Amino acid sequence: MIIGSLQTKPDPTPAGAFPNPANITLQNYVEINERISLLSGLVNSGIFTGGVILCTVVFGVLVGYALSVLHWRGRGVTFSIALLVQIVPFQLLMIPLYVLIARDYGLADTHLGMILPFAINSAAVLIFRQYFMQVPRALFDAARIDGASEMRVLWSVALPLVRPALLTVVLLTFIGPWNEFLWPFLITKDPSLQPLAVSLANYITTVAASASNPFGAILAGAVVLAIPAVVLFVIFQRQFQSSDIGSGVKG
Amino acid sequence: MSSAVAEPKTESAGSGAQHARSARRRRRILGQNPLGILLSAPYLVFIGVVFAFPLIFAVWMSFHDYFFAAPGADVEREFVGFDNFIAVATDPAVWRSFLNVGVFLIINVPLTVVLSLLLATALNRVVRARLFLRVSFYVPYVTASVAVVGVWLFMFSGGGLVNQVLGPLAPDPSWLINPFLAMPTIAFFVTWKQLGFFILLYLAALQAVPKELYESAATDGAGAVRTFFSVTVPGVRSATLLVLLLATITGANLFTEPYLLTNGGGPNGASTSPVLLMYQKGLEQGNPDVAAAIGVILVVLVLALALIERKLVGDEES
Repeated sequence: MIIGSLQTKPDPTPAGAFPNPANITLQNYVEINERISLLSGLVNSGIFTGGVILCTVVFGVLVGYALSVLHWRGRGVTFSIALLVQIVPFQLLMIPLYVLIARDYGLADTHLGMILPFAINSAAVLIFRQYFMQVPRALFDAARIDGASEMRVLWSVALPLVRPALLTVVLLTFIGPWNEFLWPFLITKDPSLQPLAVSLANYITTVAASASNPFGAILAGAVVLAIPAVVLFVIFQRQFQSSDIGSGVKG
Repeated sequence: MSSAVAEPKTESAGSGAQHARSARRRRRILGQNPLGILLSAPYLVFIGVVFAFPLIFAVWMSFHDYFFAAPGADVEREFVGFDNFIAVATDPAVWRSFLNVGVFLIINVPLTVVLSLLLATALNRVVRARLFLRVSFYVPYVTASVAVVGVWLFMFSGGGLVNQVLGPLAPDPSWLINPFLAMPTIAFFVTWKQLGFFILLYLAALQAVPKELYESAATDGAGAVRTFFSVTVPGVRSATLLVLLLATITGANLFTEPYLLTNGGGPNGASTSPVLLMYQKGLEQGNPDVAAAIGVILVVLVLALALIERKLVGDEES
């Protein structure tokens, strides 16, 4: 992919999979950047992803803590809802969400409109619940006896103990909105607000046919879109533990 | 259990008793830590706004003559009973799209289960080059569909890498514009792309299979194949169910790949998925009510399929 993005002319033979110094250029990056602004695409992707991660972590921690540590009426119901939300697929909600968010709330072409449907992430709630359950209750009780308020227990005792869960949730959540195409595609028509995945897709379907080296340009855009996710994944590869994901999805 | 509800003991008898009684009543109604309600409230409100209400709205829409009107305009939405569903059922394009997703699932789901279990089992044994293998499986999964699609277009287009290698064996018309090969190609693409995630799930499940079972299988002289079918496969049954369900749900959600790989639906709608059709009918052609009806049918079918899969695999989750 990276090699293809650097080639002046696409080389579809097997030899093309290896770099050829005579055929290397950065022109493709320049070219795609003229059609879709890579930087603003990255910034939009960043805002969208960051917003989703923030909401996911805040709600996930609060609800996860409430579900695992506190006793309150409606706890069982809330837990069932968190499980249920995962079963109903997004496609049924697509049309009504579009009507509500784009037309009724007037949030088309806004970052808020992009983030809203992804703000709740029940998988994250379940992952945090799972982690908080593993923390010995005595630690919480000790803090309470020392006179800590419940929020203080959550912030100073519980949260530092589940740091691996925080990292897992952030990494897992990152992949979703960063790569999400359908929803931002529906909700943003203004190119200056589109995340990179959307503008690149629009490039593939509309502009590419008229470009001099369409594959080179597409691959150049693909590299820019892929690199943040891949780099993040490779760095945190160790934390990206299989058991975390299993526990989260199983609930 | 919690000091937050410790009752006051030093107060004067009358007001103290009253206070304790009201605290007890509050505890009976709200539970021991009413704070939990407060912490969960924003989440529950969000579920109402972006999940429950749209869900009800979708079903309502599918039974009414819903059309886009200017924001704030007060228009009559007539109840039309099953009209939208009849429109859907008599539309050959809809049948085609459901058939397409059927083809997709028949290829994608079994392939995903078999490949991810085999690869996870292998990966669990490998000691050397483990990091390299893990990374090469997960990179497609963490990379955006839109980005990977670019590579596949490059490989599978008429003069692309795959056809160059195949030479005279290359299909004509080529992969993605061939009405018979477009959907299978997409199914293979999605299988390959998501394999990493399912391998992760199986790796987690493999860790939970008791080591003693493998030891006793070895003592009994069972070979690798026998061990795989007698120990591994039953051991990861609940993960298999999860993989089946998730693969089915992802398949039913198919949109990006046919939209980009086959230019919005392929030759004669050969790779149109129901969600793609919902987008086209609902937002491009302005019939959200018909699109909602397709959505309702799709979800009912997916849930039915999920129940069948659950029955087939058997659920022994505690």
